[in-house]
Amino acid sequence: MIGGLFIYNHKGEVLISRVYRDDIGRNAVDAFRVNVIHARQQVRSPVTNIARTSFFHVKRSNNWLAAVTKQNVNAAMVFEFLYKMCDVMAAYFGKISEENIKNNFVLIYELLDEILDFGYPQNSETGALKTFITQQGIKSQHQTKEEQSQITSQVTGQIGWQREGIKYRRNELFLDVLESVNLLMSPQGQVLSAHVSGRVVMKSYLSGMPECKFGMNDKIVIEKQGKGTADETSKSGKQSIAIDDCTFHQCVRLSKFDSECSISFIPPDEEFELMRYRTTKDIILPFRVIPLVREVGRTKLEVKVVIKSNFKPSLLAQKIEVRIPTPLNTSGVQVICMKGKAKYKASENAIVWKIKRMAGMKESQISAEIELLPTNDKKKWARPPISMNFEVPLAPSGLKVRYLKVFEPKLNYSDHDVIKWARYIGRSGIYETRC
Amino acid sequence: MTDSKYFTTTKKGEIFELKAELNSDKKEKKKEAVKKVIASMTVGKDVSALFPDVVNCMQTDNLELKKLVYLYLMNYAKSQPDMAIMAVNTFVKDCEDPNPLIRALAVRTMGCIRVDKITEYLCEPLRKCLKDEDPYVRKTAAVCVAKLHDINAQLVEDQGFLDTLKDLISDSNPMVVANAVAALSEIAESHPSSNLLDLNPQSINKLLTALNECTEWGQIFILDCLANYTPKDDREAQSICERVTPRLSHANSAVVLSAVKVLMKFMEMLSKDLDYYGTLLKKLAPPLVTLLSAEPELQYVALRNINLIVQKRPEVLKHEMKVFFVKYNDPIYVKLEKLDIMIRLASQANIAQVLAELKEYATEVDVDFVRKAVRAIGRCAIKVEQSAERCVSTLLDLIQTKVNYVVQEAIVVIKDIFRKYPNKYESVIATLCENLDSLDEPEARAAMIWIVGEYAERIDNADELLESFLEGFHDESTQVQLQLLTAIVKLFLKKPTETQELVQQVLSLATQDSDNPDLRDRGYIYWRLLSTDPVAAKEVVLAEKPLISEETDLIEPTLLDELICYIGTLASVYHKPPSAFVEGGRGVVHKSLPPRTASSESTESPETAPAGAPPGEQLDTVPTQGDLLGDLLNLDLGPPVSGPPLATSAVQMGAVDLLGGGLDSLMGDEPEGIGAPSFVAPPAAAVPANLGAPMGSGLSDLFDLTSGVGTLSGSYVAPKAVWLPAMKAKGLEISGTFTRQAGSISMDLQLTNKALQVMTDFAIQFNRNSFGLAPAAPLQVHAPLSPTQTVEISLPLSTAGSVMKTEPLNSLQVAVKNNIDVFYFSTLYPLHILFVEDGKMDRQVFLATWKDIPNENEAQFQIRDCPLNAEAVSSRLQSSSIFTVARRNVEGQDMLYQSLKLTNGIWVLAELRIQPGNPSFTDLELSLKCRAPEVSQHVYQAYETILKN
Repeated sequence: MIGGLFIYNHKGEVLISRVYRDDIGRNAVDAFRVNVIHARQQVRSPVTNIARTSFFHVKRSNNWLAAVTKQNVNAAMVFEFLYKMCDVMAAYFGKISEENIKNNFVLIYELLDEILDFGYPQNSETGALKTFITQQGIKSQHQTKEEQSQITSQVTGQIGWQREGIKYRRNELFLDVLESVNLLMSPQGQVLSAHVSGRVVMKSYLSGMPECKFGMNDKIVIEKQGKGTADETSKSGKQSIAIDDCTFHQCVRLSKFDSECSISFIPPDEEFELMRYRTTKDIILPFRVIPLVREVGRTKLEVKVVIKSNFKPSLLAQKIEVRIPTPLNTSGVQVICMKGKAKYKASENAIVWKIKRMAGMKESQISAEIELLPTNDKKKWARPPISMNFEVPLAPSGLKVRYLKVFEPKLNYSDHDVIKWARYIGRSGIYETRC
Repeated sequence: MTDSKYFTTTKKGEIFELKAELNSDKKEKKKEAVKKVIASMTVGKDVSALFPDVVNCMQTDNLELKKLVYLYLMNYAKSQPDMAIMAVNTFVKDCEDPNPLIRALAVRTMGCIRVDKITEYLCEPLRKCLKDEDPYVRKTAAVCVAKLHDINAQLVEDQGFLDTLKDLISDSNPMVVANAVAALSEIAESHPSSNLLDLNPQSINKLLTALNECTEWGQIFILDCLANYTPKDDREAQSICERVTPRLSHANSAVVLSAVKVLMKFMEMLSKDLDYYGTLLKKLAPPLVTLLSAEPELQYVALRNINLIVQKRPEVLKHEMKVFFVKYNDPIYVKLEKLDIMIRLASQANIAQVLAELKEYATEVDVDFVRKAVRAIGRCAIKVEQSAERCVSTLLDLIQTKVNYVVQEAIVVIKDIFRKYPNKYESVIATLCENLDSLDEPEARAAMIWIVGEYAERIDNADELLESFLEGFHDESTQVQLQLLTAIVKLFLKKPTETQELVQQVLSLATQDSDNPDLRDRGYIYWRLLSTDPVAAKEVVLAEKPLISEETDLIEPTLLDELICYIGTLASVYHKPPSAFVEGGRGVVHKSLPPRTASSESTESPETAPAGAPPGEQLDTVPTQGDLLGDLLNLDLGPPVSGPPLATSAVQMGAVDLLGGGLDSLMGDEPEGIGAPSFVAPPAAAVPANLGAPMGSGLSDLFDLTSGVGTLSGSYVAPKAVWLPAMKAKGLEISGTFTRQAGSISMDLQLTNKALQVMTDFAIQFNRNSFGLAPAAPLQVHAPLSPTQTVEISLPLSTAGSVMKTEPLNSLQVAVKNNIDVFYFSTLYPLHILFVEDGKMDRQVFLATWKDIPNENEAQFQIRDCPLNAEAVSSRLQSSSIFTVARRNVEGQDMLYQSLKLTNGIWVLAELRIQPGNPSFTDLELSLKCRAPEVSQHVYQAYETILKN
């Protein structure tokens, strides 16, 4: 298991050092600094073995977090733990900067003592930790006996992520469907590859320990549950989507998902990622880029790019940016665009065209004349793809939240009393069109 | 107000100031002071001088202050063991605190303080905490057992904590279960032979239930533990797989990988014809692909594992090529791994796409990545024949870029393409020759020289080219020298007339001016071949070469199977068995995939044979590199390309062994270990394997002796036998026997020093045993034992030690320590030393008891060749506390009814039939009845021993 955990600043000075196992000596701290942080060559692996001691590291805003071991540990677990450690620290004091670490070192030690015992990760959900970490938040010494046992049963219980006894005047929940759409398109408009990776993020302000059930228009889920009339399935079948794979937050009962395809859980009282998913079929491509590049002699290029928005006219896309690469021997560029602003950025070898807002089913165009310096370089310009950034208020995968039901049998509020919000945001991932 | 100010105090007299603050009356000030102390500790300053002052702050009801003090204690207790004792009382008190958080905190911290004196006090609180009503305390205590085991394994066993820990596996709280599993797994790892994690279908079922309920970390512990289980048949394997598959949707990548490990391992047992097998294969791909959208470090771990999975089961990801395409902003370590997997997945169906990508990569900036991409193009050519031509033309394009390292790399792979497709692409040789001057890396130079030599007849100026290399012959690396030698000999055999001088020159350079034995030997071989029989030389040197195989860098199958068992762990990241990077005995256990059940098809045998075979042969302690090297030696070294990757990996492992600190323990007894470290079994693992066998035989010799040393005053005493031979114990020889005299048992030992060194500091300890035998006094050797000296010691024994049933019942494991080392041996004790003096039963009671004990418990034995009459038998047995309750004569036979009692209060009743006066029939018949029938066999042995001596 994990033998020790160190945090260094960018210079390699130790900010936090906690050793869990006897086989890790103080010299391990120095070994990592000398061989990794101060290494002359860039370190080429996140796992380093120095004199039979293995170091796992991640970097967060120039600080190094390193876990050390001499055993054959579960490597995936160590990294997951390091990320979790970062999350927990961020939840307590925000950015993981050197200053924040120094300001909170006692808290960090207390956390490390709690979430890692003899190198074994223990409960690391911030919600639960906040109940009994003394450095900040609730003071433990004034707790009654019931409160104490509540804390411990919650920390060790099946629902380690949720505190008991939370009350809200207004029961409210927010669902964000965040998707990033990736595309590689040929100049002729043929889709070479496209996929959406999405996340459903939930923020809940619900009293008690509510049992939630989440429904979406996934094909398998609908088929499995839609034992209703044939009419109903055929109707929903039209709008349903095929999800390639999805993963869930630990609060979701996986065995239930496996057997009944239902997503049921008790949500933690904080913002959390309910699920992640991937789709590759029937993706809505919010923008289409049509490039036209013409070489006029050896010293001139004419480029015309049309973008078409492909969604409901009532919706507005934002933060649109089109990046048109230019050859290395470009000497000057003249640009004309109908909408937004365009600029040639010599340092980036690209024309950057920005449009603040654009409604659906519209079209816009840019044309540019690129002057080239004559070169005797035989190698032709590789023509990198035109890339695009944007944000649209829809889910390109077509995912829809069908319902989120809340049941809290102990407290007297029902599903109808809960105010629910859902929002869809589609962003561009790597969205490229070859030219 | 922030904590960072604590880091800034550096002025002199600081310690003094802190001392004053620590002793302040104000709580806040105290707390501030402790924080300062901890800050100094973190940056590496020595604040151990403040120990007493900090410990004084410990007795507080302020949890925050308490936690701070505990933190300090964990760091410094070891350097101040006497001071640490001061803290013990508070710890013990805290373990009784009404607040479960404090109880847990105390027991957790105590476990972290590795001071013997504290450890002694830990046992009682730990025992209580293991049975605490609060699950938080129990889960902390479970881990604490592992901590204690790390400090003092014997103590944990003696105190029976292992059993309590085993009970926790059935705890109602899932987190307690998970921690207990984690602790037991770790303890079991250091006792490979023990059956600590007694996994059976029931306990597996419990684990699978807990799996659904516990935290993500707990799920990892449980899945990793499940992976060590071998289901009894394919049906059980399938049902476990079914219950594990939901984990593949977990957001935590480690849970997913551990689940993949269990599935990959158990799939081995499923028949490929099964529908379920296909379903499972399909289920594996999506989660593996999803792992690639995790953070880059995890992607790296996932990719290293996918590399193994793809080699073991290529069908899993064969349609997923695209996801391994390199992204522009991937870190370099992710890029390199993706490239590796792309080549493994390349097939005729996707080769066009792959090649287009690889060509793209070859123009990137990172040198390593570009090189690997170029090499990958060559490997595609070898793997997919249809693509060879396109690959070659792509490589030629790349050579045209004249980028130095691209050209060199391309030449190396083109050489391999020639070896795979001879007489097909030789037209490109001219282009290659143009670049001769730019080659500065040995591998590229060697490749080019090989090409020139191989195709000497097609290259007009081959002799000139080779001659140009010869000028700096001694500055070249061995690889180039060897290649040059061979190439010139080839050239000579092809064009003998013009190149006689050249060949003379290279042969004399190789044989006379070189210190390298390989080069010299090869030179001599060629020389003699050429001078004795040029025709034969031609046949040998210009023989047709075998074609190289497609996959040149596959992991050797037995290693691959072992690594599959380690999916998710460091071993799978390094692609090395744990023994190559873990010190000592831990993790040296050789894991292997379960053999397929009998129902599976026979066509699979080439694949499963290596997987199934090792466990049987490997049980003795040969470390894994051993068999790797063994395989290497057996390897047919025909295709040279397949040699290097394996050879280097073996050498690396050897090198790691040499560097590691583990070697000093090896050097102690076997100096030749330095030469070949990989063949030497780690001493920790070797000891238990060597136990038992020699001891056992020694004892049976003992029973055959008929010297009759029995004493009248006490029970029979066997002569001393050698228990621990000197060669096993660095010169200490121990022989001994057991006696019982006047109600007290003792162990008579004879210690002989056969080493050249004085031995001191003797101590002895017993493992828990069936009758609770334990030393009643320490082992006292008054004077140091000088070489060749022998001492006789009588060690009094009690039966008050802790009890654990051993197999066989009367075996005793003993550890003896001296100033040199700790030695272990086991021996068998005769049961009659446990027969107590008040073992005579009243007649009536005897009759009632005899009837009362069910007949199933009766055991019959024969004592052969014992020509004694009833009186003699009776008196002889009486001296060993077997009492005759009654005697009867039935049809000329004497019936003796006897009773005896063991130290633990078990009564044994006996009926002994004697036929006196019949010299031809001297066998005695013995019937034993006892409520604990397992002792009967040993009582019978005791009878035999007593009567025959």
